[in-house]
Amino acid sequence: MSVVDRQEWDVVVVGAGGAGLRAAIEARERGARTAVICKSLFGKAHTVMAEGGIAAAMGNVNSGDNWQVHFRDTMRGGKFLNQWRMAELHAKEAPDRVWELETWGALFDRTKDGRISQRNFGGHEYPRLAHVGDRTGLELIRTLQQKIVSLQQEDMKETGSYESRLKVYQECTVTRVLKDGDRVSGAFCYERESGRFFVLEAPSVVIATGGIGKSFKVTSNSWEYTGDGHALALLAGAPLLNMEFVQFHPTGMVWPPSVKGILVTESVRGDGGVLRNSDGKRFMFDYIPDVFKEKYAQSEEEGDRWYEDPDHNRRPPELLPRDEVARAINSEVKEGRGSPHGGVFLDVSTRMPAEVIRRRLPSMYHQFKELADVDITAEAMEVGPTCHYVMGGIAVESDSAAARGVPGLFAAGEVAGGMHGSNRLGGNSLSDLLVFGRRAGLHAAGYAADLARDRPPVDDIQIDTAAAEALRPFSAEGPEPGAQSGRPPENPYTLHQELQQTMNDLVGIIRREAEMEQALEKLAELRVRARRAGVEGHRQFNPGWHLALDLRNMLLVSECVARAALERTESRGGHTREDHPAMERTWRRANLLCQLTDPTGGLAATDPVHGQIDLSRETTEPIRPDLLALFEKEELVKYLAEEELYE
Amino acid sequence: MSSYEARFKVWRGDVKGGGLEDFTVEVNDGEVVLDIIHRLQATQAPDLAVRWNCKAGKCGSCSAEINGRPRLLCMTRMSVFTHEETITVTPLRAFPVVRDLVTDVGFNYAKARQVPAFVPPAGLGPGEYRMQQEDVDRSQEFRKCIECFLCQDTCHVVRDHEENKPAFAGPRFLMRVAELDMHPLDAAADTGLDRKRTAQDEHGLGYCNITKCCTEVCPEGIKITDNALIPLKERAVDRKYDPLVWLGSKIRRRDSS
Repeated sequence: MSVVDRQEWDVVVVGAGGAGLRAAIEARERGARTAVICKSLFGKAHTVMAEGGIAAAMGNVNSGDNWQVHFRDTMRGGKFLNQWRMAELHAKEAPDRVWELETWGALFDRTKDGRISQRNFGGHEYPRLAHVGDRTGLELIRTLQQKIVSLQQEDMKETGSYESRLKVYQECTVTRVLKDGDRVSGAFCYERESGRFFVLEAPSVVIATGGIGKSFKVTSNSWEYTGDGHALALLAGAPLLNMEFVQFHPTGMVWPPSVKGILVTESVRGDGGVLRNSDGKRFMFDYIPDVFKEKYAQSEEEGDRWYEDPDHNRRPPELLPRDEVARAINSEVKEGRGSPHGGVFLDVSTRMPAEVIRRRLPSMYHQFKELADVDITAEAMEVGPTCHYVMGGIAVESDSAAARGVPGLFAAGEVAGGMHGSNRLGGNSLSDLLVFGRRAGLHAAGYAADLARDRPPVDDIQIDTAAAEALRPFSAEGPEPGAQSGRPPENPYTLHQELQQTMNDLVGIIRREAEMEQALEKLAELRVRARRAGVEGHRQFNPGWHLALDLRNMLLVSECVARAALERTESRGGHTREDHPAMERTWRRANLLCQLTDPTGGLAATDPVHGQIDLSRETTEPIRPDLLALFEKEELVKYLAEEELYE
Repeated sequence: MSSYEARFKVWRGDVKGGGLEDFTVEVNDGEVVLDIIHRLQATQAPDLAVRWNCKAGKCGSCSAEINGRPRLLCMTRMSVFTHEETITVTPLRAFPVVRDLVTDVGFNYAKARQVPAFVPPAGLGPGEYRMQQEDVDRSQEFRKCIECFLCQDTCHVVRDHEENKPAFAGPRFLMRVAELDMHPLDAAADTGLDRKRTAQDEHGLGYCNITKCCTEVCPEGIKITDNALIPLKERAVDRKYDPLVWLGSKIRRRDSS
């Protein structure tokens, strides 16, 4: 019989970034008793790092904008692989999600007539991003955090306790989703501070854990991004969708080495910044792909005029979707036209007065000044691609955010797949968090209410197994049973560094078959070694132990990325194959699904060929005719397979 | 790239006690103190506890004291120290230690709950809010706060005076009151809530004697004292006599740049 502490909730939300907090607010407002559990302190989630803005077709700056235009831009950005119903819901609901933030106290930058200002961004036809300077993510997270506090204040008045209906368990980690048969029954967790285990019993679990960037060496992501939610879903029996699509943001810092990968916001380009190579040339004009030829300026003069007169000029190619820009920078550097530290130049200093730069891009000014001794008002920045976002994720039902195949499991935000297709547009992430965070909270609350009299029981054996799994790193010292002599335990930090190097070098921005096969072999080796990852000390706030546990998740997710990337023999969005450089219309309808090989959630298999993941292919649902009708036939021909065009 | 061996003293211990531990550790060009702490974890002290997240000065998690000064570990470059200097890293002093460099910052979350939330104006629906940029500038400055709690740590009202904690919200949350008070559409007054009065009566504004320590340590460069606390004192003056208001009114408000 297990003695682990248990608490009952209706909805448990894993992750306290934008999606998690929005889901929790919705679930609580729908009457569900809701717990949020997060690895960091409340209010520190990765969402704070979002800079540019929230894409929403409010039409405040250009009244020509509407949800149809936003939908089109999103589908184009994702190269038509998007789960189209999600792209539709997202484009329709984003304005309401932004406006409601104002009623919770958010203060966006304003237009002259007092409405929410909107800025230009890559791939968006009109100025569309609601923003606060270049710290929009901070405003979003703080607003949601303060809304949660205000709900807790209401509960205090009514019930005498701040935490009676909505509680945040901060600095806690979930290591397993618990199940009763097929259905979710709760989550197994530990407190990072004390190492104490506990169980949150709930019929609904919303996964909102963000991304996977910490499996790559050069990344803009924080330490939290270890793919926990992706792995929790896999282990609970849910499939992951299209994991080969990983976005490399074109502009990360490249120097000094210790800050390599830190994000340089796309707003720099949206507000007029240009990319140049070592010859001083604006090279992006050479990289406009055929599908976008009609939509981008063909000369520097036209591109420059667009900032003032967007109705009669086309946008500069610096504002192409991120995958295009990242590949272009990669080629320039490879061909010897890079900057001294292996990037290219991003310049605003010659494009705007110093005072305007400091006002519109304060964080960037600060970041370069403090970390690199570079004054961006006087000289160009050096930038290069950095692992930023995963488009792939938990396969969900578009309307309800329910994970496929596991009743009671929901997913929203970066951890969910489908919405962004093969490449996400800047600004579409924060709006995604709000739109689908709310939907996940709504449906999770509804599902829990339906089960009020039939709550799935939590199984003691699962708790004991989860506890044993979590304690394993403490017993890794000493010889393996039956071994001749004692091998020292593996250092989790070393394993993590090797994993990051492997993914960066072998499954990075440009991919080749042989390298990905090599990556899968290396991952298998790391899996074996990770089982022997050992830690010193005790369970109280022990970062070595936390990392040893996160390694399981990173290894699982990395295998999904590598397997799916090897399978997809074309180049599309965030997946570029040197050996298959073209986008193939026949691949447009193909989704790749990753599932755990062992249906019981076990992790024994370490065979490099088979690994722990089964890959399968499915054909996507045809795009609804009225949505297809939003595009010109000539454009659709570039993306859709023959048979789709005649359907 | 040049590198050298630096001498570090890092506080290690827990609620039961602890002390400074000596380390010699490699430092490379362009690194920040957090890089060095991470190197210690990876090579010498795998269980060294430290809080951090973004490593880009945006989340405010890695607050600690470096040579006695409250700072973000991720934004303190090693180049500000000489190669000979011994660098001492200790946990935030105003909060109880959990382990090593990690402290219990629960005080701040408790104070946050005591500040009544934004009150939306009656009769304005979502999408109907109209505000001029110049009217939101000031509150936006305060909303740049990343809640690193360095100001809460350095403020002498609570730094060595545990007994003041119940009555004093600290600079961060007094600034939050000011932010809401200056929000052009906050309708608190319509519900009978006077934020200025509560700043004085419930959040301990009177304890602040504008020494500006909070402003000095703010990594976001927010003029906490000049732009939030002094104006709040001025606004509260007709409610309650406070001799410092007189002094505050002699000091000109500065613009943030």
